[in-house]
Amino acid sequence: MSAAAPAPGGYEVVIGLEVHVHLRTASKLFSPAPVRYGDEPNHDVHPVDLGLPGVLPVLNRKAVELAVRAALATHCSVHPRSIFARKNYFYPDLPKGYQISQYEEPLATGGWVEVEVEAGSARVGLTRIHIEEDAGKSIHDAAIAGHEGSHVDLNRAGVPLLEIVSEPDLRSPEQAGAYLRTLRQILRYAGVSDADLEKGQFRCDANVSLRRPGAAQLGTRTELKNLNSFRFVEEALRAEIKRQAAILDAGGAVQQATMHYDAARGATRVMRLKENADDYRYFPDPDLVPLELEPESIEAIRRELPELPEAKRMRFQGEYGLSPYTARILAESRELADFFEAVVRAIGADRAKTAANWIQRDVLQALGAGGREIGQTRLAPEALAALIRLVEAGRVTAGSARALLPELMERGGDPERLVGERGLEAVSDAGQLEHAADEVIAAHPDVAAQVRAGEPKGLHFLIGQVMKRTQGKADPKLVREILSRRLRGA
Amino acid sequence: MARIERSEVERIADLARLELSADEAERITAELEAILAYVESLRELDTDAVEPTYHPIPLRTPLRDDGPSGALPPERVLANAPEREGFAFVVPKVLDEDEA
Amino acid sequence: MAFETALELGAALDAGRASAVELADAALARAEAARALGAFVHLQPERAREEARRADARRARGARRSRLDGVPVAIKDLLVQEGEPCGCASRILEGFVAPYQGTQAARLSAAGAVIVGRTNMDEFAMGSSTENSARGPTRNPWDPERVPGGSSGGSAVAVAAGIVPAALGSDTGGSIRQPASLCGVVGLKPTYGRVSRYGLVAFASSLDHVGPLARTAADCAVLLEAIAGHDPADSTSLPEPVPRYTDALSGDVSGLVIGLPRQFSDGAGADPEVLARVRDAVAELERAGAKTRPVELPHAPHAIATYYLIATAEASSNLARYDGVRYGRRAPAASLGEMYRRTRSEGFGPEVKRRILLGTYVLSAGYYDAYYRKAQKVRTLLRRDFEAALAGCDLIVSPTSPEVAFRIGEKTTDPLRMYLSDIYTVSANLTGLPAISVPCGFAHGLPVGFQLMSRALDEATLLRVADAYQRRSDWHERHPELPR
Repeated sequence: MSAAAPAPGGYEVVIGLEVHVHLRTASKLFSPAPVRYGDEPNHDVHPVDLGLPGVLPVLNRKAVELAVRAALATHCSVHPRSIFARKNYFYPDLPKGYQISQYEEPLATGGWVEVEVEAGSARVGLTRIHIEEDAGKSIHDAAIAGHEGSHVDLNRAGVPLLEIVSEPDLRSPEQAGAYLRTLRQILRYAGVSDADLEKGQFRCDANVSLRRPGAAQLGTRTELKNLNSFRFVEEALRAEIKRQAAILDAGGAVQQATMHYDAARGATRVMRLKENADDYRYFPDPDLVPLELEPESIEAIRRELPELPEAKRMRFQGEYGLSPYTARILAESRELADFFEAVVRAIGADRAKTAANWIQRDVLQALGAGGREIGQTRLAPEALAALIRLVEAGRVTAGSARALLPELMERGGDPERLVGERGLEAVSDAGQLEHAADEVIAAHPDVAAQVRAGEPKGLHFLIGQVMKRTQGKADPKLVREILSRRLRGA
Repeated sequence: MARIERSEVERIADLARLELSADEAERITAELEAILAYVESLRELDTDAVEPTYHPIPLRTPLRDDGPSGALPPERVLANAPEREGFAFVVPKVLDEDEA
Repeated sequence: MAFETALELGAALDAGRASAVELADAALARAEAARALGAFVHLQPERAREEARRADARRARGARRSRLDGVPVAIKDLLVQEGEPCGCASRILEGFVAPYQGTQAARLSAAGAVIVGRTNMDEFAMGSSTENSARGPTRNPWDPERVPGGSSGGSAVAVAAGIVPAALGSDTGGSIRQPASLCGVVGLKPTYGRVSRYGLVAFASSLDHVGPLARTAADCAVLLEAIAGHDPADSTSLPEPVPRYTDALSGDVSGLVIGLPRQFSDGAGADPEVLARVRDAVAELERAGAKTRPVELPHAPHAIATYYLIATAEASSNLARYDGVRYGRRAPAASLGEMYRRTRSEGFGPEVKRRILLGTYVLSAGYYDAYYRKAQKVRTLLRRDFEAALAGCDLIVSPTSPEVAFRIGEKTTDPLRMYLSDIYTVSANLTGLPAISVPCGFAHGLPVGFQLMSRALDEATLLRVADAYQRRSDWHERHPELPR
């Protein structure tokens, strides 16, 4: 991984990230209970999730498929045989007193993710990917009337998780952020997870240590947990690096600990010292037989992998002549990329760049204003293509077209019809425009004089005035041309 | 003869969330030592080239289709709860993050 | 109708000589009368009568579910029945009523069998005497000062005392077979995975089995038919179809080869009288046309050590769920940590605690390879021994227990001594091979059983030989005097 700007004190920063991601299944990993978000407590619980006496786990086929997909999408070696192991510890949200996870023989090892960093692109190695079940939620609420206990909700207990562990290849908080964004995008593309951070579907723990550049050994690392946004990950890492550098500068030693990031203070503090490694007493789960995958089924999953972000970006540049910047924006999500290509199919490959500009600029802006993603609107690719054609034919101004986007997104519909209904036909009658231009010039003689004198910025104002008089239905380029002529006295 | 330190027994009891009185700890230590002495005999056996048997009868991985079903009605989930509030289980507070 | 077999009762129902309700009532009355034996922890009279009524109605319209339809049975208190308490003879499950149906109870119900109650056991199936029960000991009907064996002591006594013709038990190290032997009834541990474990409260997952106890091998066959078979809710459940075991009971054993392991017949500390009864049984089978040959099981002497390392390790993990959070007993406490410690310390008995501690130790960092992993490797060696032996013979014979029923309290101060009771039985759990115990006489006035083991999924041969032996003997027709 490429070097980053040196940390305070000139230390080299070493970061490793552990991501837990919810697999996009309808039911849980080892029970058929539904995976849902926002239900009332304990409404999605099967006897298996409750850890009742006598229950047994049965593995979800879809979870395995999605896990293999994730492993293949990140260039991992998928092991034809992997073992589920019990990780034993006590906590109220862990119903069986153990978590079913994978330990010595995980599903996959040895992959990587290409990440854009300051100096270009670099490879972040993945140590391993394994499947495990999520725990429930333990809510500590001192506001519970009468006592200071905790509430336990097992809706989430048993939800399938993928644990993705990176090599300690990251060298700065920015690289960490880039890695997380890239990984999330790949997982969403591959349909492995929706990775919605707000729903807790993509969670990150970070390990960070410092060492002198060129040192062979790693420094003592601390762990940052419960970082629920990418911004927090970067901030927390910066704060922790600062803290560790200060300790080392003062000649002290960093203690192994789990740290909590206090966003309000912008500082990390020790949550728990880790003097001894936790003794989880891992052993292969006797209730589950080893997971054995046929090479053919792994290949079938590989064949069905969708085009991933990297490949799509490259293809967009090659096939449509888009700039790397534009390609990146359009390939941000599969939905958006597919939308773009559908528009291109409707409008013709030779207008790909036009389509790209429209989406990159106007569609994304309208989406952002409405707080939605492309898949959540009714704007059909054919409709956008039609709209673009109307603008190019001069039938409607770009401004009017832009203004129609929110409605097309909200209600769908045919742009041609809407233009007719709203009377948005562009005003291109030269006579009408000359008349409007003359009126505007007469109404603002001093501005007109400025423009005639060679100051161009007043022209913009006059154009605006003509646009107002034509309810924005005139083509600004035509208006500019006509105004200029009229100002010259032609 | 395998020796177990009392402190080791206490660490194990802690891992298992079991409280032992002084007498119990003493007695259990002796009992565990006797049992461990008995199992020492396994050391004589050469098992370097032997694979462990985790499952007595070999099986193919059974897989379950993804369709959701079988969630218990919440009242039944909570029917045996020693303490509950609404639809949540209630437990006493954790003293600090580590202590559970 | 006490002491009749399940098949006999079924025939009586078919012939209209009795009704299922009468049978249920009689069983419940006998259970009451034999209360002092402590076989049952819970009787379910209303439910039993309701099921018996339905069984009678089915028979009346010719819709009999199976030969067991309407026959009263009992199940061990660690097989989950929806709506009934499931206590596992432990304080920690006090008050727990199961909100789901276990597969074993479901299949008995599908066959029409009427469960009249739940039987006593060693707590969480950990023990060989049914003395480790929070509900008090169960007593051997042949001598109530003696243990019935364990951990399925209650089920063995329910059958031996003629309360019900058949019962289900569980067997992790011999817990069906050893009490069967000590009580003079038949007990069958099928192949691992033959009967679903969904609904069996786990002790040691790779060693736990569910199986029938009854007076005859024929009854065990019909019960096994009812409960065996693949269960999608159990990932270790075998997919193979279930044969009609009752069809295998031809009475013919000619040509079968019975292996006599030197390691077992050398005595291994067994009572010479017990050994003599077992030799007599083998001689009887030879007279019936079977052959014997010596076999070697070189690693058999290590079976107990192997068993206790694996069983306790798995148990320590399986019992972690008993924490007072979601069900069962909870001790009052000011903090979560205190709640866990008090609940578990007060809720578990000393034997359970001992095994949890040993198991935790065996799995803990630094010891895992030397103990747990090592034991699983020795398990492989033992499996190879049996595979080699069973390549040259059809069955392997031994005593079931090294001794007859011992006195209540005699072994409770020395756990290791208690563990050695399992010396002949644990190999079948470690290898997953099926095994049956059959009554073969008396020593010191108390029942003796001999054990047969066969290849995986060959319960048919076990049942055939056991049934053939029972046609040539009448030990299973003896019964103790019932207490007044």
